[in-house]
Amino acid sequence: MDWRRFGFIALIISVLFGVVVLIGHVQIAPVIIVTSMLATTIAVASPLTLGALCGVYCERAGVVNIGIEGMMLSAAFFGWLAAIYMNTVFGIAPMPSLLGGVAAAILTGGLLGLLHSVLSVTFKVDQIIGGTVINILAVGITGFLNRQLFFEKGSIFGGNVPHAPGVLPRIQIPLLADIPVVGRIFDQQPITWAAILLVLVTHYVLFYTRWGLRTRAVGEHPRAADTVGINVIRMRYANVILGGMLAGLGGAYFTLESVPSFEPLMTNGRGFIALAAMIFGNWTPFGAWAAALVFGAAQALQINMQFFREVIPPQLAILQISYVVGLAPYILTMLILTGIIGKNIPPAADGQPYEK
Amino acid sequence: MTIVLEAKGITKQFPGVLANDQVDFDLRQGEIHAMLGENGAGKTTLVNILYGLYRADSGEVYRDGQRVEFHSPKDAIKHAIGMVHQHFMLVPVFTVSENIMLGAETTRRGVLDRKAVAAHVRELSHQYGLDVDPLAIVGDLPVGIQQRVEIVKALYRSAEILILDEPTAVLTPQEAEELFRIMRELTQRGVSIIFITHKLKEVLAIADRITVMRDGKVVGTVKPKETSEAKLAAMMVGREVILKVDKGEASPGENILQVKELKVSDRRGLEAVRGVSFHVRTGEVLGIAGVQGNGQTELVEALTGLRPIQAGQVLMNSRDVTGRAPRTITETGMAHIPEDRQRHGLVLPYAVADNMVLNTYYLPPFGVRGILQPKAIDSNARKLVQDFDVRTPSPYVPTSKLSGGNQQKVIVARELSRAVKLLIANQPTRGLDVGSIEYIHKEIVLMRDRGVAVLLVSAELDEIMALSDRIAVIYRGQIVATVEAAKVTREQLGLWMAGARPEDD
Repeated sequence: MDWRRFGFIALIISVLFGVVVLIGHVQIAPVIIVTSMLATTIAVASPLTLGALCGVYCERAGVVNIGIEGMMLSAAFFGWLAAIYMNTVFGIAPMPSLLGGVAAAILTGGLLGLLHSVLSVTFKVDQIIGGTVINILAVGITGFLNRQLFFEKGSIFGGNVPHAPGVLPRIQIPLLADIPVVGRIFDQQPITWAAILLVLVTHYVLFYTRWGLRTRAVGEHPRAADTVGINVIRMRYANVILGGMLAGLGGAYFTLESVPSFEPLMTNGRGFIALAAMIFGNWTPFGAWAAALVFGAAQALQINMQFFREVIPPQLAILQISYVVGLAPYILTMLILTGIIGKNIPPAADGQPYEK
Repeated sequence: MTIVLEAKGITKQFPGVLANDQVDFDLRQGEIHAMLGENGAGKTTLVNILYGLYRADSGEVYRDGQRVEFHSPKDAIKHAIGMVHQHFMLVPVFTVSENIMLGAETTRRGVLDRKAVAAHVRELSHQYGLDVDPLAIVGDLPVGIQQRVEIVKALYRSAEILILDEPTAVLTPQEAEELFRIMRELTQRGVSIIFITHKLKEVLAIADRITVMRDGKVVGTVKPKETSEAKLAAMMVGREVILKVDKGEASPGENILQVKELKVSDRRGLEAVRGVSFHVRTGEVLGIAGVQGNGQTELVEALTGLRPIQAGQVLMNSRDVTGRAPRTITETGMAHIPEDRQRHGLVLPYAVADNMVLNTYYLPPFGVRGILQPKAIDSNARKLVQDFDVRTPSPYVPTSKLSGGNQQKVIVARELSRAVKLLIANQPTRGLDVGSIEYIHKEIVLMRDRGVAVLLVSAELDEIMALSDRIAVIYRGQIVATVEAAKVTREQLGLWMAGARPEDD
């Protein structure tokens, strides 16, 4: 990840924030707008960050994963289902139920990672097909079970959508969170904190540990790794499963941290945006995080603009149409992927099954 | 002398090929034991078994007299065996240290200890006179140095036995000399070396003993003093071989191909051919010498219309064909023997007969009003199979079933049976057996004598020297020298191939 790219990212985020400040400053002080935008950006970027980290682990080990979307969607559903089950059926308190839900989401992601490994590492199915299988499977299975379990008469919840155990509580960073106005940034929910922590951990693992060196070797030149006695297949399995678990945690964000409910297709392409963030971040954890923040900022723009509908100046009337603003993250994805800045260099053996 | 490694009765069957058939081989302490044989003779299979990459179907391996069984390279490494593969097993984006420690990492509290590894690498490279910088990125290093990194990698794992698989294939003659010096240095320090090659001169220069393999069997083991190039060649091929190409004086005529200030980019968009100019006349062979990867591939692809040209001009018979489609260029009378015959020269699943009309199928008599004429295609195939001595059970077997030499003959037959004014042959004998090489060389000289202009691109200096009338040396996408073949030595060419310029002499 070069500095030009980080500069470019900072520029886009500034522009997005600037637009909101420009429009909203007549109602609210700019510092409050920026703080609120930043807090929202960090929060909504967390599933993207986790999805992108999933991509980093998989692709650094040489396995293309376009199934991040499906992994997140499935994890969102099964995490939520587990939390509700624990809470309403077994009568477990809301907090442990939520944590159980997170664990179930991670497990779901891991299992789908295992499925992807079996398909693309062992059976050498085209990795794009493997990912597509996961995406289609996720849409079908979550949609079907959602309807069967919650809306069909005679099903477990008998047509009554049960009371959900709520969302994960906020965690404040001592001292920092107490700063007036700006403190809001340091008051976030656990998965958001975990995402940031995992960026640091992934960077460290990838570039400073034996595991990381071997992972990257397997993604760059698997035969070279094989000739020095590294088990290529095992490394790929482990990294894809690990990546799946991270995507699973990202999925938990949707139903256990953001809102206390599940809706079909609720990940809404976020898994693909995460993939784009990973590519724009040049397969590095920090780069992926920075790119995820850009998309997060675009989403924060959309959320914050709702407050300022009335004060949008006539020249920018187009911003009054909510879906125009809503398109921002997707348009950004396309622009960024066309390679405005620099060339992206994927791991050399990315997407290639290893044949002895 | 003690035998450090011994293979007894090794047999390995691959689908359709008996790669090793009851092979016996032994390596003595501190010797360089060359293994000589043509491609497909089974040398690489044998060493891959000795290194644990393949498992033998039957036979035994002994290390210092003890029976051993290797399930993976890990086991071989444990028994102090190291291997330098023909295609380097290095990760280009890693540093030298990272590549060397990979799989045998040193860590301190879970963190890679890069400093300790770098220090150890420096110590080893100093001790054996190898001179590698542990902090350099491998992809930035010339191949000669990358090879040293591979050797240090083996020594780092305390290798006492070193297997070098075709180590000189990618080196200039000077780099090869340097490698031989290193090999001698290593043996003096007690390392034993298995040296695989198909180059006769090299084994006579460096080996203590030579084992020759043919068709998966050991033909014999000899000492360099007791043999000669001709005798070794005969052992490799199984019959007498004429090593020298018989060719008379060239009588060059007019310019057929003229290339002016040509610039071409490679697959990654980097400039691979950087302003190249030359011409080829009727009745002469212009050889382009150079170490692999100096822009030869891109140059030939640009000339044949397979790759876009960034700048410059290509004239064929005074007609501008710059950037024209391959078919247009072919129709001006250019024949092309591509570098990678399996990917660019043939449609492997197609029948031999179909491959023989791959660039003329749309023309009468093979195609009439868009309909293929099986009779014409059949009689053409039967004639070419006869004329060019293609060994195939029938013209209708898939071309993939033929041996490499016969596949190449299919291409040669197709390209040379047309009315050709220019032949571009890129690595025409790579990977072929001595017999096929002999045949293709004769064919090239024959074309020249008939007045065809020949552009020969080859990384084999011997081939360039044997066939060319003039030689152009390409280095990093530029032609550094063009000389009469008769007036230049191997050593001089080797220097130019390594980047020296004629004015530096």
